[in-house]
Amino acid sequence: MRMPVISRAFEFVSRRIDGPLMAALALTLALGVTVVYSASGGGSIDRALGQGRNLAVAFMALWLFAHVPPQLLMRLALPVYAAGLALLISVALFGEIRNGARRWLNLGFTTIQPSEIMKIGVPLMLAWWFHRREEGLRMLDFAFAAVILALPVGLIARQPDLGTSLLIFASGFFVIFLAGLSWKIITSMAVAGAASLPFLWSMLHDYQRQRVLTLLDPMQDPLGAGYHIIQSTIAIGSGGILGKGWLNGTQAQLDFVPERSTDFILAVFGEEFGLVGNIVLLTLYLLIIGRGLMIAANASTVFSRLAAGAITLTFFTYAFVNMGMVSGILPVVGVPLPMISYGGTALLSILAGFGILMSISTHKQLVSS
Amino acid sequence: MIVVGQALRDQQHELTVFRNRLMLAGLGILVAFGILLARFTWLQVVQREYYHVLAEANRISVVPVVPNRGLIVDRNGKVLAANYSAYTLEITPSKVANVETAIEDLAKVIDITARDRRRFKKLQEESKNFESLPIRTRLTEEEVARFAVNRYRFPGFEIKARLFRSYPQGEVASHAIGYIGRINEADVKRIEAADLTTNYKGTDHIGKLGIEGAYEKELHGLTGTEQVEIDAGGRAIRSLARSEPISGNNLVVTLDLELQKIAEEAFQNYRGALVAIDPRSGEVLALVSKPGYDPNLFVDGIDPQNWDALNNSPDKPLNNRALRGQYPPGSTIKPFMGLAALEYKKRTPEFAISDPGFYSLSGVAHRYRDHKKDGHGMVNLHKAIVVSCDTYFYGLATEMGVDSIHRFLDQYGFGRPTGIDIEGELAGLNPSQEWKQRRFKQKWYAGDTVSIGIGQGYMLTTPLQLAVATATLANNGVPVHPRLLKAVQDSKTQETRQIASKNGEALTVKPEHLAIMREAMIDVTRPGGTAVRAAAGAPYTIAAKTGTAQVIGMKQGETYNEKRIKEEHRDHALFIAFAPADNPTLAMAILVENGGHGGSTAAPIAREVFDYHILGKKPAVRPKLGGDEDASD
Repeated sequence: MRMPVISRAFEFVSRRIDGPLMAALALTLALGVTVVYSASGGGSIDRALGQGRNLAVAFMALWLFAHVPPQLLMRLALPVYAAGLALLISVALFGEIRNGARRWLNLGFTTIQPSEIMKIGVPLMLAWWFHRREEGLRMLDFAFAAVILALPVGLIARQPDLGTSLLIFASGFFVIFLAGLSWKIITSMAVAGAASLPFLWSMLHDYQRQRVLTLLDPMQDPLGAGYHIIQSTIAIGSGGILGKGWLNGTQAQLDFVPERSTDFILAVFGEEFGLVGNIVLLTLYLLIIGRGLMIAANASTVFSRLAAGAITLTFFTYAFVNMGMVSGILPVVGVPLPMISYGGTALLSILAGFGILMSISTHKQLVSS
Repeated sequence: MIVVGQALRDQQHELTVFRNRLMLAGLGILVAFGILLARFTWLQVVQREYYHVLAEANRISVVPVVPNRGLIVDRNGKVLAANYSAYTLEITPSKVANVETAIEDLAKVIDITARDRRRFKKLQEESKNFESLPIRTRLTEEEVARFAVNRYRFPGFEIKARLFRSYPQGEVASHAIGYIGRINEADVKRIEAADLTTNYKGTDHIGKLGIEGAYEKELHGLTGTEQVEIDAGGRAIRSLARSEPISGNNLVVTLDLELQKIAEEAFQNYRGALVAIDPRSGEVLALVSKPGYDPNLFVDGIDPQNWDALNNSPDKPLNNRALRGQYPPGSTIKPFMGLAALEYKKRTPEFAISDPGFYSLSGVAHRYRDHKKDGHGMVNLHKAIVVSCDTYFYGLATEMGVDSIHRFLDQYGFGRPTGIDIEGELAGLNPSQEWKQRRFKQKWYAGDTVSIGIGQGYMLTTPLQLAVATATLANNGVPVHPRLLKAVQDSKTQETRQIASKNGEALTVKPEHLAIMREAMIDVTRPGGTAVRAAAGAPYTIAAKTGTAQVIGMKQGETYNEKRIKEEHRDHALFIAFAPADNPTLAMAILVENGGHGGSTAAPIAREVFDYHILGKKPAVRPKLGGDEDASD
């Protein structure tokens, strides 16, 4: 029986691709390019094309990661984490200071930000840890997991990069939470956390405190720290139910929304597509997250489950933090809107994550058989 | 098997825990997205109107559209103040990190003179940092292009096309026309007090002096508005709506530019003032204060060097002598004194004295000298005017008493502002017993009155007052109210509205007394009179009176020798006149500072003005002013 060439090629490309997840991703990404075009002023197609190139690269990464068996990924978890930790320590010792923060490491040929590696390194490492301790988790295992999480989070918070450290903390916490950390500990940690808030507040840098204060009352400094939030809420609010139409947002097109094609792209989207657009975007995100949770629920190993669960919840966290910040209910943290904001790095790591999800989804039969 | 079973149970338990936790997380996600949905609904449905208004306020800027300032033309339509359009390069200091170095860099692109820099610095000191201030005006097309290429290097710098005020006549009539200047803090207060803040949005200049100042309301016009869409950087993207401004009204002033020029030139190098009025209407045909200044210097902020030159000049070019110079009227007061004596029945036309060359109050040794050492012989009122006999008027004043004199002169406007329609005039001084008591807490002495009789002592008048009083005399005792505005041309309807004469009710004065004075004043310009030379060969009659005002007092027995004293201590020359004497169309007063004698220095100026006004004749060869004059005064 002869298989037609085209269908063999399709088989080759799509063998490790999860259909429903891919469909939701494709729709969201198409929406993203459309908004990036508008957010770059509408007159030039350069940015949209650039985002197209980023997409091509990110899809390659997705496809590649989808083909990496979870077992191999698991074996890579510890080396990646160890390397990341080593780099973070180097940053603390010899890092480059830019804008008052020590976040970058000059490797001679290029400069890297090791905290980016930890975004994926920490959840994988923790999933690996709990996978090894599969037979009956003890308190000590959780304590060690806490150390695995605390080291990179602490180092990144010291740089200082509070936003990234909180996001990495979240991704690691999701793993520990899904692994079954007892409610007693969760509750007592929450109480202790709340109790130590005043102390944490005193530990914050001035600009960090300013961001929180700005959230509470943006009009306090309408041309300074509050400007971003004020202008983005004006953009979203003035969009109304149906929006002002693609390329017609005055706040967006006349440059009132700062960083309109990156972190604040939701303001452009919300202004031009209105509440209806926002609901569509929330629905797409929910579909992606729902599919991710399903893959996690049906994964066959502890590592796969925890990794899939953490990747999905981290994706949710990014989306929620960004939308919360742009609509003015969370402080300003430098997080892009996943799959919509212009930029290659974030897109690459998100689609790589979804590649891992697809690998978990399509490799489980092999493992279980 | 048991171990495996245990492990399987553990695995099963672990999976159950995981799935429960996953479900919980899913629930949390739904709640979180629910919060976002609520927030979006709040912003985009409930608060939509509020944010819509804010977004519109962001993008729509209401820009004032400044109206064209009205023109000022003379009675024959000759332009005295006009507008021209030009490019300026302006700096908003608050948007520039280092203004000094930025200007340094700019100087490499377009010419910036030292004067531009000084002027800019002065403007900067006088204004607030966020105002846009001109560093260069009147840029050429080439300079505009050159700057445009380099524009990115100069944030906070901007080329603007603006209307500028220009005074094509330069110094001519500068004291009457005045000028406009940049709005300062005092102007802002006045604008606020008049509730005109909205109308002055976008306007940088305001009339400061003269016609420009007094008729600011007519000249300014109504500011229009334009709704412009702007981006976050404040750059205009497109115009959304526009309401046109209404230009200011054009003003026709009473001045006759040619007459004004002739009058100014007639002064040659002397300082002084001249006011020429049509007595029938009160229209001021010439208002001279010499030296003048170039009002164009003030339009965009005067640079310190020019300012110091004008301000510190001993000639005081900024002082409007016609309105603000207060001088003793000298013998030009005599016709009014004579009229007073006739009216109050202190003198008859026939009454005569024998003039020994001096006057003494009874019982006092002091001698009030006549300018003619040996006296004029037998002198009646007519002769006293024609030869300007001092002794006659010493006695006349003493008999009248200061308060009668005060009452009579007050009717002719002495000691009071004339009410001319530009600001700044001073009142002069028409003294009385009450005044001296109030001013010096001293009683009035009989000797004070003697000097008043010849226009000296406490008596002070402005040239404008003297001209108005002369015009009233020429107008058969009908008080003349001087004005500079002749007509207003409405910019919208193009209709011209004439300003009516404001001349008052006739004074109670006997026509035969006026006739006596007029005859005497005509004889002043005839052989035997003090101004004979000035009227020689004129085909019309001039009624006039010469005068001299002392600048320094002289000791008893000292003789005045013009050639031996410093120029600035020389006497001021005065002259009042009207012509044609039987039906006057022009009355004037002339003051020549340190000019010596009225008949020799001031009178020839009057002749040139009359010749042009009555005959249309321009002077061919200008005679040298001053010099010896047989009929001295």
